[in-house]
Amino acid sequence: MTLSVNVRHRQGEFTVDAAFESRGRLTALFGQSGSGKSTLVNIIAGLIRPDEGRVEVDDRVLSDSKAGRFVPTHQRRIGYVFQDARLFPHLSVAQNLAFGRWFTPTADRYVDQRSVVDLLGIGNLLDRRPAMLSGGEKSRVAIGRALLASPKLMLMDEPFASLDEARKAEIFPYIERLRDELNIPIVYVSHSVAEVARLATDVVVLASGRVQSSGPAPAVLSQANVLPEADRAEAGALVELELVEADDGYGLSLLHSSGGEWRLPHVDAPPGAKLRARVRARDVMLATERPAGISALNVLAGTVAEITEAGPAEVVVSIASGHDLIPARITRRSLQTLGLTPGAPAFALVKSITLTEATRAPANGG
Amino acid sequence: MEWLALSADEWNAVRLSIKVSTWATIVSLPLGIGIAWLLARRDFWGKSVLNGIVHLPLILPPVVTGYLLLLTFGRRGPVGSFLEDYFGIVFSFRWTGAALACGVMAFPLMVRAIRLSIEMIDRKLEAAAGTLGANPAWTFATITLPLMLPGIIAGMILAFAKAMGEFGATITFVSNIPGETQTLPSAIYTFTQVPGGDLGALRLTLVSVAIAMLALVASEILARRVSRRLDLE
Repeated sequence: MTLSVNVRHRQGEFTVDAAFESRGRLTALFGQSGSGKSTLVNIIAGLIRPDEGRVEVDDRVLSDSKAGRFVPTHQRRIGYVFQDARLFPHLSVAQNLAFGRWFTPTADRYVDQRSVVDLLGIGNLLDRRPAMLSGGEKSRVAIGRALLASPKLMLMDEPFASLDEARKAEIFPYIERLRDELNIPIVYVSHSVAEVARLATDVVVLASGRVQSSGPAPAVLSQANVLPEADRAEAGALVELELVEADDGYGLSLLHSSGGEWRLPHVDAPPGAKLRARVRARDVMLATERPAGISALNVLAGTVAEITEAGPAEVVVSIASGHDLIPARITRRSLQTLGLTPGAPAFALVKSITLTEATRAPANGG
Repeated sequence: MEWLALSADEWNAVRLSIKVSTWATIVSLPLGIGIAWLLARRDFWGKSVLNGIVHLPLILPPVVTGYLLLLTFGRRGPVGSFLEDYFGIVFSFRWTGAALACGVMAFPLMVRAIRLSIEMIDRKLEAAAGTLGANPAWTFATITLPLMLPGIIAGMILAFAKAMGEFGATITFVSNIPGETQTLPSAIYTFTQVPGGDLGALRLTLVSVAIAMLALVASEILARRVSRRLDLE
């Protein structure tokens, strides 16, 4: 799947001028509120007709101002999960789910109601009215409804913005299953680095209507300078891990990355599971020699790949370890003391405690 | 209790009133929905003129509305003669004319109620239906129309009640012919004009009150059922 967007659109004082292309399974449109994420998603859905430009999904041109082409929303076959769910209040959950199916030619249907209901765990809600559902249940029904129209692309505009952390944690596994088990590309709008780090295969960073950066999630999220000011402290590596041992006797799990051994807070997964952990650059210490007598459990050998400025007193030193690039945010003073230069050997130290729970890594391919 | 029994003529007036009001309500409904939708959703040249024309019967003296109907839909009126020559439809001095007069008088009330309910609908729901593959016509039929239902019911009840009570425009346009155009209000009026008509007037008044109460109760029940369905309570 290829999604290719190159549009300009003016809305009052605000102009969106964005171009990106993504082949990812889950492309996150990331930016602060007012960065133009929702406008862009509405343009892809055909709810907004852009002043200028092209939108293409696979080789199907959905909108092209030069050719005067504009496919109306109902012919785009793009599923849209709205921020506010937008379930139809006069229909039951079952009728809401069936709504899009109605308009999908039999030959184009690739999911059936039962498998979607199972996937999202909404079997016990079918007879209810939307008003009787909790926020998390509404979100899941909205996802199911979009899915049952057998879309060629799914758009999710901060579908869980109104949910608390516990509810979000309940829903993320379903999004991961969607991403990995059904072959539908997803465009996911979010303003949370944690969400993007957990779900995205690809990231497009937006700021004031323009694309700051786009590419695979690990590469984009390691560049602090493309993230919004408030999120820079959240920048870091996304390390791909394989579970070796779920419990090492101390309540920690042993995992392997291409660069070495990791110990993380307990991960509930079978050995061999592919996982992903976010390592924030500010949580990484550097050493020039393998340290002894230290509490940090994760010590990864590598070489300095890159040194970038990050403010008056700070730099970000990226350590290449295996296939991973682990950025460390350290003081300029430390950089000088250690005498780090590109190519020099170095050790990255990460306290296990700073690592949030490892989450399921996106399946390869797609 | 003998005095409560309606005479044949009185029964005729009651039946006629119900027939006239029912037809007036049902025939004007599609037009009412269409115009309410135009006024609520579309911007076009002459919108305020259309809005004004729709509301005119509410503001004009009913006799004036009736006289205007007589001028246009009467046998020699431009629309009336055309309809008679080409379709054989005659309004003047027929019960159909009474229905037309009642429909016109009730129309603004119906349009207002329906228009309000359209304006209350969250248009985002219609956008959602579009993303699920419903074209605008299907979206209207499956989302907009059902969500308008409370307004449509309210509009119909209001229109029916107004039609039941319509007097001035009807009597001006189609006169007061027993069995053809003498509706309940006209019959009551007639009774009050003749000596010894008090009992008849009282009987018909009681019938009017009963019908009005029934309509109110029915509208309450319907509205409650619909709003329970929509979970708006």
